[in-house]
Amino acid sequence: MAGVAVSTTINGDAVEYLCQPDETLLEVLRDRLGLTGAKEGCGTGDCGACSVIVDGRLVCSCLVLGAEAEGRKVETIEGMAHGDQLHPLQQKFIEHAALQCGICTPGFLIAAKDLLAKNPSPTEEEIRFGLAGNLCRCTGYDKIVRAVQDAANVMKGA
Amino acid sequence: MNFDPRFTGRKFSSVGTRPLRPDGIDKVTGRARYGADFNMAGQLVGRILRSPHAHAVIKSIDTSKAEKLAGVKAVITAKDLPDLTDGDAAMYDILDNSMARKKALYDGHAVAAVAAIDARIARQALKLIEVDYEVLPHVTDVDEAAHHHAPLINDQVFTEGLEEKPAKPSNITKRTQFGHGDVHKGFAEADFVIERSFKTEQTHQGYIEPHACVASVNPDGTADLWVCTQGHFVYRQHCAQLLGLEASKLRVTSSEIGGGFGGKTHVWAEPVALALSRKAGRPVKLVMTRDEVFRASGPTSATSIDVRIGAKKDGTITAAEATLRYSCGPYAGSWAEIGAMTAFACYKLENVKTVGFEVLVNRPKTAAYRAPSAPMAAFAVESSIDELAREIGMDAVDFRIKNAAQEGTRASYGPVYGPIGIGPTLEAVKKHPHMKAPLKANQGRGMACGFWFNFGGQTCVDLNIGMDGSVSLAVGTVDVGGSRASLSLVAAEELGIDYSQLKAIVADTSSLGYNDMTDGSRGTFSSSMATISAARNAILILRDRAAQMWDIPVEDVVWEKGHAIAKGEKYGNLSPLSLKDIAAKSGTTGGPIAGHSELVADGAGVSFATHICDIEVDPETGATRVIRYTVVQDAGKAVHPTYVEGQYQGGAAQGIGWALNEEYIYGKDGRLQNAGFLDYRIPVCSDLPMIDTQILEIPNPNHPYGVRGVGETSIVPPLAAIANAVSNAVGVRMTHIPMSPPRILAALDAEREG
Repeated sequence: MAGVAVSTTINGDAVEYLCQPDETLLEVLRDRLGLTGAKEGCGTGDCGACSVIVDGRLVCSCLVLGAEAEGRKVETIEGMAHGDQLHPLQQKFIEHAALQCGICTPGFLIAAKDLLAKNPSPTEEEIRFGLAGNLCRCTGYDKIVRAVQDAANVMKGA
Repeated sequence: MNFDPRFTGRKFSSVGTRPLRPDGIDKVTGRARYGADFNMAGQLVGRILRSPHAHAVIKSIDTSKAEKLAGVKAVITAKDLPDLTDGDAAMYDILDNSMARKKALYDGHAVAAVAAIDARIARQALKLIEVDYEVLPHVTDVDEAAHHHAPLINDQVFTEGLEEKPAKPSNITKRTQFGHGDVHKGFAEADFVIERSFKTEQTHQGYIEPHACVASVNPDGTADLWVCTQGHFVYRQHCAQLLGLEASKLRVTSSEIGGGFGGKTHVWAEPVALALSRKAGRPVKLVMTRDEVFRASGPTSATSIDVRIGAKKDGTITAAEATLRYSCGPYAGSWAEIGAMTAFACYKLENVKTVGFEVLVNRPKTAAYRAPSAPMAAFAVESSIDELAREIGMDAVDFRIKNAAQEGTRASYGPVYGPIGIGPTLEAVKKHPHMKAPLKANQGRGMACGFWFNFGGQTCVDLNIGMDGSVSLAVGTVDVGGSRASLSLVAAEELGIDYSQLKAIVADTSSLGYNDMTDGSRGTFSSSMATISAARNAILILRDRAAQMWDIPVEDVVWEKGHAIAKGEKYGNLSPLSLKDIAAKSGTTGGPIAGHSELVADGAGVSFATHICDIEVDPETGATRVIRYTVVQDAGKAVHPTYVEGQYQGGAAQGIGWALNEEYIYGKDGRLQNAGFLDYRIPVCSDLPMIDTQILEIPNPNHPYGVRGVGETSIVPPLAAIANAVSNAVGVRMTHIPMSPPRILAALDAEREG
C-alpha cells in the first residue's frame, strides 16, 4: 500500500509524515510521531481518551484519518503547557486531584480546553454535558468538574 | 529488626495534609508512560485470534498460510505454551485461559496469536489462520448452569464441599458455608420474616486503559516485561512458571496503570506476548482492543441470591440466611465463598448461615472487581433489611443501628471484631443533613451499608537518603490512586522532614524484594507500614552517624523533628544535626544511609461504609436519575484525605453504573452482544451529581498510624442504596440489577396492573 504524504501543523510546529490511507490520526500521533499523550481507550470514538483539537474542533483522533490532517492545525496534550508554564486547567487538575490513574486526563484536558474556549463561564450542568464524551472510571467526575470550574474562574480573571 | 506495628495515637504534622501528587505533572502533560506508551528496538506487534464460539472443541489449527505472509515473524498456538504447571490446577487454568488448549470455553477465548512487523499485517495474518471447531452446547446463565441438565463445561469437575462426593460431574465446582448459631431456632423466634430472591448481571471493571505489554525474551533465558499491572511481582511469578523461565531473570516493570480495580491482578495476554517474543526472537508489543478487553478479560460474577431474615417486633434480628450462586466463568473460583463471607458482616447476629455455590459458565474467567463479590451480596441483604424494617415499622437507619456489629461481635464469617466503623457510619448518616433534605414527586431516598475485609500481605520498601539530604522511596505496590503521595507523606512524618524532600517511585521486580498484588485495599495500608519500618531503620543509622560526628554514645542521641539531638545537659553546646547535615557527611561516617523493610503487613482493619442516595424515577419511561449522593466511610486514618475522598467517590460512581446501566448481554448464540463502551455504558459526567463524602477515623489498632484500607468498600453499598431509593420513590422493589429503564418500567407496569 502506498503511503500518503501529509504536511500539517501540530502544536504550532510544521510536521511532515507518510502514513497509510487507512491509518488513523491517533496511530500517526502515537506510533509515527511519538506523541503518546493521546491514549487509545476504545478506538471507536466512545471514550474520548484520544481527544485532540483539529482546526478549532474537538475530535476523537481515533476517528480521524492521518491523511485528513493535511493542511490543518492539530493541537494535542503535548502542546497545552507553554514551556514550563502549565495551562490553568492542567494546574487545577493537579490541585483538585481531578485525576487518579490519569489515563483519561489528556483527553479531559483537551475537551475542557475546547469547552472553555467556546463557553468561558459554564454552569456545572454545561461542564457535565460538555465533558460527557470523555470517560473516567476512577474519580466519579466530582473533582474533574470542580477543577474545570476553578480553572474557568482563573482564566476569566487572567 | 523489631518493628512494632501497634497504633500509638501520635500527633501528625504531615499525615492528614493534602500536598500535590508527585506524578501530577507527568499525567497532565501526557508524559506519563502507560502500558502502550513504551517501545523497544526491533519491536513487533502481537495480535490474538479469539474463538467466536462460546463452547467448542478445537479439532485442529492450521497456521501455515499465516506463517507464509510477508512480515509475519511468529505464529503460536497452545503447543508453544507447553504445560509446565505440574499439577497446580489454578496455574493450569491461567495457562488455559491465556491460550485455549483443547476447548474454547467462551466467546473471546484466545486460540492462536501472531507477531508481525506492523498491526496491519498482524490483522491480516489472523484471518489466514484456520481453526476447525466442533461447536458444543453452551450455557451462560448462572441459574441455568447450576441446573443438572445444563451442558457440562468441564467433565472433570465434581462439586467440592458436599458431605458425600457426588457421582456425576457438575458445573458447580464448590459449596461453602459460613455462620454460627441455629437459624431454625432463630426463625422460630421471629415475629416477622422476609424472604426474597435477587439477581445481578455481570459487569466489567471498565478501566479506560486496555491491557498492554511489551515482552522481550533473550536467547540466554533472560527476559523483560513492561506491563500495566496491579502486581508486577505476581505477574513475574506466573509468567516465569508458565514460560519455564527463572523468576529472577524475568524483570517486570509496572508502567503507569490506567485503572485496574482488580482486573489487572490476573495475567491475561502477557504469557502470550512472552511466547511470541521467544519464538520470533524479537520484542513484542501486545495491546488488547476494547472489544478484547470486554470479551476476554475481567468481568465480575453474575449472581443469583436468596435471602431470608427474621426479626422480633422490637427490631432485633433473630436469624439470617442466604444462598448465593456466583458465576466463575469456565474456571473454578472462590467468588460465592467471598460473597457468603461478606453478606451479613455488618450485623450482630446470633443465628446466621450463608451457603455459596461456585458455578461454571461459558463466559470469560471471572476476575476481582473492587471488593469482589461483596456488592452483590450487600444488594440482596441490604434490600431485604429495608423490606424487613418496613414490615416492622421501624426507620431503616434505626433498624440497622439496633443490629449493627460492634467491637467484640463475632462476625458472621468467623472472627471477632476489634474497633469497627459500622455503628459510627450509621450514626453519622442519621445526623447527616442529606437525610433531612426535602424530596419532590417521584423522588426517593435510600441508604445501605457495606463491608470489606481489607488485605495486608508481603511488602518491601527501600528508603535511600541522598548526600544532599533528599530522600527516595522505592515501593513495590503499584500506585493506583495516589499512593506515591500518601507514602511520601508517611515517610516525611516518620523522618520529620518536609514532603518536598521526598520522591517516591514504584520499583521493578529486579530492584526490590517480592511484594504481593496491589489488591484488597492494601496499597497504602501495607506499604505505609513498610515505609514506617524502613524510616525507623534509617533513623537508627542517622542517629549512629550523628553520634560519630559528635563522638558521643549513640544512646545519647534522639531523633526529633528531622534532627539528631544530643540528649542531656552535658551536650548543651552541641547544636542539633539535620538529616541534611548528617547526609552530607555520610561518605566519611560509614557510607550511604538507607532504611529497608521487608515484612508481612498483618492486621488490616476491616472497613465499613454507609451511603445515602436520592433518586428520581420517571414513571413513564422507567428512567432514573441520581440527584444526590453521600458516602460515609471509616478510613482508620486518612493519610491524604483528598485521595481518600477520590476512592469514596470513584467507588460510588462505579456502583451507580452497576446498579443502573452496566451489564454483559449475551445472545442465544453465547456471544457477547455489547463489547464496547457505546453499548456497555459506564456513567458519564452528565449522569452523576457531585458525590459528597464524610471521612470517619476509627483507628486500626494494628497500624502505627491507625490506617485502614479505603479503596474498595465504597462500591459495596450503592446497588442496595439505589434499589432502596427506587423503592421509596415509586413503591416497587427491584430485585434484578441493573435497574435499567425497561426493568423499572416492567416493575411499575406490574405494580399498576396489581
